[in-house]
This record gives sequence, structure tokens and C-alpha cells, in this order.
Amino acid sequence: MDIYRAIADRTRRAILDELVDRSGQSLFEICGRLIMKHGIGSSRQAISQHLDVLEAAGLIRTRREGRSKLHWFVGAPLRAIGERWPVSTDEDTSHSTDEDIEK
Amino acid sequence: MRINHTSVPVDDQQKALRFYTETLGFRVKHNIPLGEHAWITVVSEEAPEATELVLEPAEHPAIGPFRKALVEDGIPYTAFTVDDAAAEHERLVAKGVRFVQPPTDLGTVITAVFDDTCGNLIQIMEEKAQP
Repeated sequence: MDIYRAIADRTRRAILDELVDRSGQSLFEICGRLIMKHGIGSSRQAISQHLDVLEAAGLIRTRREGRSKLHWFVGAPLRAIGERWPVSTDEDTSHSTDEDIEK
Repeated sequence: MRINHTSVPVDDQQKALRFYTETLGFRVKHNIPLGEHAWITVVSEEAPEATELVLEPAEHPAIGPFRKALVEDGIPYTAFTVDDAAAEHERLVAKGVRFVQPPTDLGTVITAVFDDTCGNLIQIMEEKAQP
């Protein structure tokens, strides 16, 4: 799974947002945040599949804490995007804003 | 018809009795020996006439795999209401309770999840005042 496909989905981007907010979340916590904060009411099974995609792309890793499985965000694969298409110092950035980027 | 009891399955009733009273602060309402086990219920000090929580022996073979799957995904077995999730979190952490989720603001509620040491995760929930 490449990172481009992994982040080409609104739910998966929201999952990453929440894992950036707090590292080490269970599936239950992720689902709770998605429904309460993003209005994403997908089933636990569907969210679990999204997590599998993100893990296969190297964007999250999982670890057992006690008997619970927790999830962490890993940002390193995304750095490759910025290195491949770097922002040059002389480009005109007056027309692009953060609001242009879809959530 | 009324809902007077609810229950949590516990690995060890005596250990659970200590955790639910000494650590969480509930009060014993019934503790009646019944052969190998006992009928143990606890109530909240804040609402002693409200629903009783039965500390039920987790004996049935199906309970093991069922609870293992819940705990793996971080799913609480049940939830208790608190006035101040942050204060409860602080109080329980000081008593050595392990939280798998610290107080998290979910908009209308603040929730946190801890390990009851008897095989369950338990959620505490603070309902936020609506503006």
C-alpha cells in the first residue's frame, strides 16, 4: 500500500489527525473521536480496516499495552513527499492558502 | 419493571470487592456467601439508593474470549457518570489505577477509560454543561 492511496480518504486523514492529537489510542477511542468530533459514524470493523491500510503504508504502528492494542502515528513516510516536491524559495505562494487543502 | 441491578464479570470477587470499594470508593450493599462464590453488590456513596452493581464471578468459559476481545480494542464493559472527569482521573491515578485513555474532550462529554484489574475496562463520563 502506498502512502498516496492511504491518505486519499477523508476518514483515514481524520484518523491521522486524531492520532497526532494524542498518540497511543485504542480502536474504541479512535471510533469515539471520529463520531463525536468528525461526524464519521463508520462501524468499528470499517475503521479497523482503515487502520490496516494506514499501518500497511507505514503511517501508523501498533503496540500492545497491557492487553489492549494501541495505535501511534508515524510521520516519516510523509516527509518523502515534501522532499520529492519541495517548496522552492522563489515561488509565488500568494494564491495558495491552507484552506485550499481539503480536510 | 425497574432496573435495580447491573453487573460486571470479575476474575476474583474478593479482589474486585477491594478495588470497587477501596479504590473506586463504592459502598458494599450486599455480601452474601453462596457456596463457592458470593452475591456481592456495591452502590455509589453519592446515590446509595440507586442501581446496584453486582460483582459477578466471570466463570462461564465464553466470558474469557469475549472480554479479551473487548479489552484488545479498548472497549469498556460499562460506564460510570462523574461530575469531573479530570479530578477523578487524578484521584484514581494517585491510587495506582492504570488508564488506557486519559480524559478526552469529545464535545458534549469528557470520557476516560481505566483498567479495573479484574478483567474489564471501565469508562468514566462527564456530561458537559450545554451553553
